[in-house]
Amino acid sequence: MILEGNAKKFGDNISTDLIAPGRLFHLRNNLPELAKHVLEDAEPNFAEKIQKGDIIVGGRNFGLGSSREHAPAIIKIAGIGAILTQSVARIFFRNAINVGLPIFECDTSQIDAEDRVQIDLLKGTVENLTKKITLTFQSLPEIMVAILNDGGLMPYIQKHGGFKL
Amino acid sequence: MPKTIAEKILSEKSGQDARSGQIVICDVSWAIAQDGTGPLSIRRLQDAGLEKVFDPERVIFFIDHAAPSPRKELSNAHQIIRSFAQKTGATVSEINQGVCHQRMVEDFINPGDLLIGADSHTCTSGALAAFSTGMGSTDVAVGMALGKVWLKVPPTIKIEVEGNLSKGVYSKDLILYIIGLLTADGATYKALEFSGSTISGLSMSERFTMSNMAVEAGAKAGLIASDQITRDYLKQRGRESHFREIFSDPDAEYEKIITIKAEEIEPMVALPHTVDNVQTASQASGTKIHQVFLGTCTNGRLKDLEIAAKILEGKTIARGLRLLVTPASKKIYLEALQKGVIETLVKAGAAVTSPGCGPCVGIHQGILGDDEACLSTQNRNFLGRMGNPKGFIYLSSPATAAVSALKGEISDPREVV
Repeated sequence: MILEGNAKKFGDNISTDLIAPGRLFHLRNNLPELAKHVLEDAEPNFAEKIQKGDIIVGGRNFGLGSSREHAPAIIKIAGIGAILTQSVARIFFRNAINVGLPIFECDTSQIDAEDRVQIDLLKGTVENLTKKITLTFQSLPEIMVAILNDGGLMPYIQKHGGFKL
Repeated sequence: MPKTIAEKILSEKSGQDARSGQIVICDVSWAIAQDGTGPLSIRRLQDAGLEKVFDPERVIFFIDHAAPSPRKELSNAHQIIRSFAQKTGATVSEINQGVCHQRMVEDFINPGDLLIGADSHTCTSGALAAFSTGMGSTDVAVGMALGKVWLKVPPTIKIEVEGNLSKGVYSKDLILYIIGLLTADGATYKALEFSGSTISGLSMSERFTMSNMAVEAGAKAGLIASDQITRDYLKQRGRESHFREIFSDPDAEYEKIITIKAEEIEPMVALPHTVDNVQTASQASGTKIHQVFLGTCTNGRLKDLEIAAKILEGKTIARGLRLLVTPASKKIYLEALQKGVIETLVKAGAAVTSPGCGPCVGIHQGILGDDEACLSTQNRNFLGRMGNPKGFIYLSSPATAAVSALKGEISDPREVV
């Protein structure tokens, strides 16, 4: 599978408080509404700037903080196709895969804002089409590949009736 | 083969010889969620036609983040939890009962348990030698329905702390110092194990503060071996028969061992907007604050309230400053009432809220105004955390918080204790 989109660049330590702030706690059961505010405390009006399929490019420790799965869920609902980041916080990593949002760790210093980026999930490569650079990313453990292929953890469980190693 | 605490518990729960790096499927002892994450767990189960729980007594929903509810949308979220519980028999901890992590250690967790919780500070229970870790709503939903979870067995970083903490220095200062050392992602995907003579000398209350904040270095778990202090804690709560000695084997393989001398630790403060942005309280002293918050799963226990009350007794907080106090649980609240601790705090100028998460999550009860600064005993100071991205959050021990409340600015508690 190949994903392609424009890079939306963020810095280090983008917390789940920045992605889905506590002051909007009351919108958690209305994800499409919450998605309109995605990352707005890091970049004002971010949701309006997203073209479907855009790729978030983060720095170190993306998604640190709270366990709120609403954070990757609204990133996906807002139209983001994947996240590439220098490193990712543990709970966010699981949550992104569980909601079917591809996320990979690679050297994002080679990607600037609005660069055209292509991710080849099978080959494990990221093409920066703007800069004509090829990057590689850390492959996911098999169980996460299976969950991602099924579209998230719930579809995976429905399909297999439980966990399969 | 010698094993770490993490490897021992995950071997037992997976029925395999689990080693660091391996992926295993484990039986969970407890699956919990709170009012911010639980409704999404429930929705995931409903959408998948899996509306069941593996054991009604071991699946618990805590209404603690917005308790009591400040708005109708959240009241409706609470209804989702209550009606799911009615249907499946799952347990609900109501709005008067307190923070999930405090309730888990008070009433449920035993050494060797595996707890998954849809809240990042689920790692608190690691202080009871249980493997407890935070996850999202869907992971926990599957755990609730099937009683299973997949886990990668983490490598362990051992933090060995030796010697005595100085007067005015507490386990909160120690953990802030450690997070400053490791940085906010220094333990990502790993387990931290706190050990050494200093840790052995800490009360359970102080140990919970350490384990609670393990996630602030990115860790999956914050483990402490069980000992006589663990046994006494369980005994006081009628669970002595569940005591087990769980410790890392002497030759267990660690990824890294970090040794710290307790004497060198000073009162610490984390500055906005990351937890690893630490300074000593004396370096940060003089910073003007508008609000002080004493509470949370990190430092809202009886001992924490007592430390603050002792400093505030017979005195009045600085003019123009707000002091908010939230006991972490109903049990703590009652004990603090009986001991006169609440009375002392209220007389000094505190506003006391009902047990729960209080202002920590920025939903209600003490949201910061623009450009205001809060010194809090909580675990996290991210931008926007307390409800306003134009606010500034500093983190400290209850003693530093209390002394600072008297002065209206961040102060070193060693000036008074």
